[in-house]
Amino acid sequence: MSEIVIKTDKLTKRFGDFIAANEITFKVNKGEIFGFLGANGAGKTTAMRMLCGLSIPSSGQATIAGFDVYKQTEQIKKNIGYMSQKFSLYEDLTVLENINFFGGIYGLTDKELKTKSAQLIDQLGLQLQAKKLVASLPLGWKQKLSFSVAVLHEPKIVFLDEPTGGVDPVTRRQFWDLIYDAADRGVTIFVTTHYMDEAEYCNRISIMVDGVIKALDTPRNLKDTFHANNMDEVFYELARSAKRSE
Amino acid sequence: MRTIRFLLQKEFRQIFRNRSILAMVIVMPIMQLLILPLAANYEVKNINIAVIDNDHSSYSQKLITKITSSGYFKLTGYCFSFKQAYRLIETDTADLILEIPHDFERNLIRENEQKLFVAVNAINGTKANLGSVYLLNIIQDFNAEIRLQFIQPVRFNPQPVIDITSSNWYNPMLDYHVFMVPGILAVLVTMVGGFLTALNIVKEKEVGTIEQINVTPIKKYHFILGKLIPFWILGNVVFTLGLLVAWLVYGIVPVGSLFLLYGFIAVYLLAVSGFGLLISTFCESQQQAMFVMFFFIMIFILMGGLFTSIDSMPEWAKTVTKFNLVSYLIEIMRMIILKGSSFKNIVPQLGVIAVFALVFNGWAIFNYKKTS
Repeated sequence: MSEIVIKTDKLTKRFGDFIAANEITFKVNKGEIFGFLGANGAGKTTAMRMLCGLSIPSSGQATIAGFDVYKQTEQIKKNIGYMSQKFSLYEDLTVLENINFFGGIYGLTDKELKTKSAQLIDQLGLQLQAKKLVASLPLGWKQKLSFSVAVLHEPKIVFLDEPTGGVDPVTRRQFWDLIYDAADRGVTIFVTTHYMDEAEYCNRISIMVDGVIKALDTPRNLKDTFHANNMDEVFYELARSAKRSE
Repeated sequence: MRTIRFLLQKEFRQIFRNRSILAMVIVMPIMQLLILPLAANYEVKNINIAVIDNDHSSYSQKLITKITSSGYFKLTGYCFSFKQAYRLIETDTADLILEIPHDFERNLIRENEQKLFVAVNAINGTKANLGSVYLLNIIQDFNAEIRLQFIQPVRFNPQPVIDITSSNWYNPMLDYHVFMVPGILAVLVTMVGGFLTALNIVKEKEVGTIEQINVTPIKKYHFILGKLIPFWILGNVVFTLGLLVAWLVYGIVPVGSLFLLYGFIAVYLLAVSGFGLLISTFCESQQQAMFVMFFFIMIFILMGGLFTSIDSMPEWAKTVTKFNLVSYLIEIMRMIILKGSSFKNIVPQLGVIAVFALVFNGWAIFNYKKTS
């Protein structure tokens, strides 16, 4: 069952004197929803960018879907999907055009593109908006679209950087339905969030403080360890020792 | 190939939805070609002249009439003292002062000799220079006329005169439009090819969309080609529009082969777009890219031989122009459009531009980092 898809060993990123991510070590299993928590500036995005092959680590080891983060960044990119914190689809293209463009870049055939895009639009309920510019969509829909584009090419792992930031509770709920759907299909989900209710949806979570992973376990075990009633308390317990801030 | 198809499709959709780019590509060349050649004219007309006529003789009147009727000068002051005339220069009403001394007529006839005084406001160097040259020519001409009238024609002219007749090749009427239009067209092509490509990638960096591209397995050269080709095509569109305006408005039809002209432009656009791409790989914001491009384009244009002749530059400046893309294009445009140069004549320049194209694009691909 537990095939390991992400494996890091003392992965570190320095920017000059500043250590953004300090010797982070963890494993993520296939099909798992892995929550990556931490306060602002804790180093989550930096760590995620290293795992996506967008940023070369300063030291340490990591393999993503079996590929090395130093030498095989392009193979990694074939096997992952990524949704950045900042909305980064083309606002001046329509929903359909965005789907077709990214699908095409990932090498989907015309036939696959056609069925995939129809299926996606159906799933997202964007039939009426398919030919509208993305710029005109509300944020919640943009985020759902981003996610769908990130999983369009059926990657092994999908990295989500604060996918639900600024999104209303109903849409957040729908968003997590999409995440569960993907996880059911065997996609590994690596997600950062600031919402503790979302943390509870994860199979396992890690909490990062000042570039270091301070805790890593299932939500239930974490609550037990810290004698907390909910994840909020766990997070507060760990994060208040943080010295860094935005 | 498929990837490039998707990149091009995306790029063109974005271009056609962006009105400011369309305006830049279509309206700018037409407007600039209509207005600039009319305004940027080396021929100096309307030189304001102030005359101090201390003689009030028929000869002094004749000279003044001759000057004003030449078409180059406008009499803006008729003064009685130098002080008064100097005022006019100070207030910019006059560019030149011509002082005709007392006894101008008498000395001219009796003593066969007379001096005139010309004072020039040299703030506008070109105008002053040309103005005084024109004026001297007119005075000399005037001089010759009186001689003819007063000196008894002798059998053998004691003062042999060499009269020079010249003919202007390739631009027989010395029409400045003919000289300026190809140059301005060269600048336009450079602006579109260089600026648009530079700003495009940087915009993707600014908006953050490049991150989504960088996380795909796209090949670097695919991405660069996907940016290069659309602006290469736009550059050709601008060039074609420009040629049409040159033909319809100024009646300038390339003497040389159109095929050759487009061939050179094709390579040139690769070079200048490559330069824009290279700049964009160094910049993080559109503002930065704009300023860096502006810095280079400014030098390119001012040292490109459009406004000042490269031949009269100092040696060090000539060396600098060897690295100036625009100077090659302006030269070739004039060669092919006005002179009708053939392929053999442009091989050296074509070679240099091809090398630039390879270096800039190669460097841009190298410098574009998908992973930081």
